[in-house]
Amino acid sequence: MTMTPAPVLDIDPLIDDPATRIIVCCGSGGVGKTTTAAALGVRAAERGRRAVVLTIDPARRLAQSMGIDSLDNVPRRVDGIKSESGDGELHAMMLDMKRTFDEIVEAHADGERAAAILGNPFYQSLSAGFAGTQEYMAMEKLGQLRAQDEWDLIIVDTPPSRSALDFLDAPKRLGSFLDGKFIRLLMAPAKVGGRAGMAFLNVGMSMMTGTLGKLLGGQFLRDVQTFVTAMDTMFGGFRTRADATYKLLQAPGTAFLVVAAPERDALREAAYFVERLAAEGMPLAGLVLNRVHGSGAARLSAERALAAAENLEESRIVDQGGGKAGSRDSGSTAASPSEQGPDVLDVDTPARQVPEGAEELTTLTAGLLRLHAERMQVLAREQRTRDRFSALHPEVAVTEVAALPGDVHDLTGLRAIGDRLATGGAPSA
Amino acid sequence: MVSGKGGTGKTTVAAALALALATEGKRTLLVEVEGRQGIAQLFETEAFPYEERKIAVAPGGGEVYALAIDAERALLDYLQMFYKLGGAGRALKKLGAIDFATTIAPGVRDVLLTGKACEAVRRKDKHGSYAYDHVVMDAPPTGRITRFLNVNDEVAGLAKIGPIHNQAQAVMRVLKSPETAVHLVTLLEEMPVQETADGIRELRAARLPVGNIIVNMVRPTLLDEQAVRSVSGDRRKEVAKALTRAGVSGSAKLVSPLLAEAAEHAERVELEREQRGVLEELGLPTYELPLLVDGLDLGGLYRLARELRRHTTT
Repeated sequence: MTMTPAPVLDIDPLIDDPATRIIVCCGSGGVGKTTTAAALGVRAAERGRRAVVLTIDPARRLAQSMGIDSLDNVPRRVDGIKSESGDGELHAMMLDMKRTFDEIVEAHADGERAAAILGNPFYQSLSAGFAGTQEYMAMEKLGQLRAQDEWDLIIVDTPPSRSALDFLDAPKRLGSFLDGKFIRLLMAPAKVGGRAGMAFLNVGMSMMTGTLGKLLGGQFLRDVQTFVTAMDTMFGGFRTRADATYKLLQAPGTAFLVVAAPERDALREAAYFVERLAAEGMPLAGLVLNRVHGSGAARLSAERALAAAENLEESRIVDQGGGKAGSRDSGSTAASPSEQGPDVLDVDTPARQVPEGAEELTTLTAGLLRLHAERMQVLAREQRTRDRFSALHPEVAVTEVAALPGDVHDLTGLRAIGDRLATGGAPSA
Repeated sequence: MVSGKGGTGKTTVAAALALALATEGKRTLLVEVEGRQGIAQLFETEAFPYEERKIAVAPGGGEVYALAIDAERALLDYLQMFYKLGGAGRALKKLGAIDFATTIAPGVRDVLLTGKACEAVRRKDKHGSYAYDHVVMDAPPTGRITRFLNVNDEVAGLAKIGPIHNQAQAVMRVLKSPETAVHLVTLLEEMPVQETADGIRELRAARLPVGNIIVNMVRPTLLDEQAVRSVSGDRRKEVAKALTRAGVSGSAKLVSPLLAEAAEHAERVELEREQRGVLEELGLPTYELPLLVDGLDLGGLYRLARELRRHTTT
């Protein structure tokens, strides 16, 4: 039983509205986030926006389809965009997190200090992409693109985080770390904890510097301290930027799209995203449900299709009039074992007269019916999963993108996805 | 280690593998490192606290234990074990040192996660036999797996002396030994297959032991392209008649949508054939697991475990 349908997410008004300046696509891994971001970019540009797509880790052929197979950390113009008004443009870039980090250092520290930081072993590991760096740098890059003001629409793909919303937490986490007691301790152990009444902290700290030294080895701790000291002048900047980016995400010009596939795990993550975005005061535009299956023959149920397939197969076996059915090489038809085998032959079905040469057709038609039954089972499962989501979040607008048999790797494919995004109130056949 | 692109079902495969390895009275530990409580959801139990607990009994009396490793708790345990920190651990936490170590300091988090898993691998009971016959980790996705497993090499390079250095090297010895295998889960689709190929190359370059390829959610081939072509032309009327003969009413209007579904299916079969070819070239043992049409429940998990056992014993 279908429930009251969820409100429809209308993509075109969203991307056409000049007030929409940032669209963030988030969702768990493998749901088509990057493809969605790219398709939105193509559609927005062809409808007259100056758009830029920031991708994090695109599949190679998808990147190639937008001409960004080289990773150079600056937006490149995508060729082949057909803007009716002539104003539309699409740029695309792939995030290089190490280079983004290096650029921040270079922009905020004088030459000597910058060189000291860039050469620090601790920095080199940190910037090459350990936990959180990618998330932080994606948000940093978003802030930069917004500040450049060259584009009127920025579409961001988010990192495939281990916990889905790390990209929201990373700036705050780094900010609170940079502001925290711990970093001051690392910079100047003697100065911290000198206040009266903080005796327990003193104990903790002396134990800690000792412990850290023992644990990590003196050289590592010295590397960290050198790094932190060298970064000192930049901390204010880091903090301000992290705060600014966070506020940008809450601003009215920002729209979040949660991307999911109609599968249990993906939709569970999507529900979590919806709740978390609400808690953070981040504006959610709606849910993009990718890879939804439809059928033009939905009135023929799985059960009836299977029964019909069995009818045909029985008549075929009886027509053969012997025990050859089981040994026959069924080739592309893969009847399940229970429908094959000698016991089927014992069924007392009156033999029907089938014209000569029609046996192949019977097999094929049975195949069509079995295929349809499988499709209807998929549809039913997807419907159950979606119903569960909309029961939890009836307020979330949804657009559905019909499943394509293959992957997308050119602008034509991205346009087709864009069309489906824009008309996705109900799955087409 | 079970890795794979997001959406390929690596948690499911890891759980099925833990069940499969536990048959015949063996004991396995299923380890989760990404804090999603995916294993608890799969086994339809509530979220685990940070402890090893029995979650399933395998056919033949084996047992599956599960542990969701929490980096912060692992670090505090570790400090307690080696330094008897006691209350100072709380002070460290208050200062943000634990947060620094487990979320910001490069690699420490991954060292703790791999370290805890290796501890379980090497643990022995009081009779001197191993506590677990097998440890299965639901590892980070393919894009991060090499870095995750290789982190100890990197950390051993950064922290050149001290217990972290020694610990990192000990973990690396286990991970690079023949006792470890990194299995990669994929679907028969272009992107996951490409990521599998990239992952294998990176793992090999880092000299980490690559195990098998597990193709998940494989759908049966019901009709191929040739079959679809043969009925889509002038034989449409005959198909309609066959449908009527099979007891389907209103068959004339059904032929087109059914053929459209078949054409999509045939296209997918063709793409899958290509992807199978790409996987074959990787030259690794490859197993296929069926798509469970009704969605995955506990019964389905046991079925996948049986499939894995059938593959590995034949």
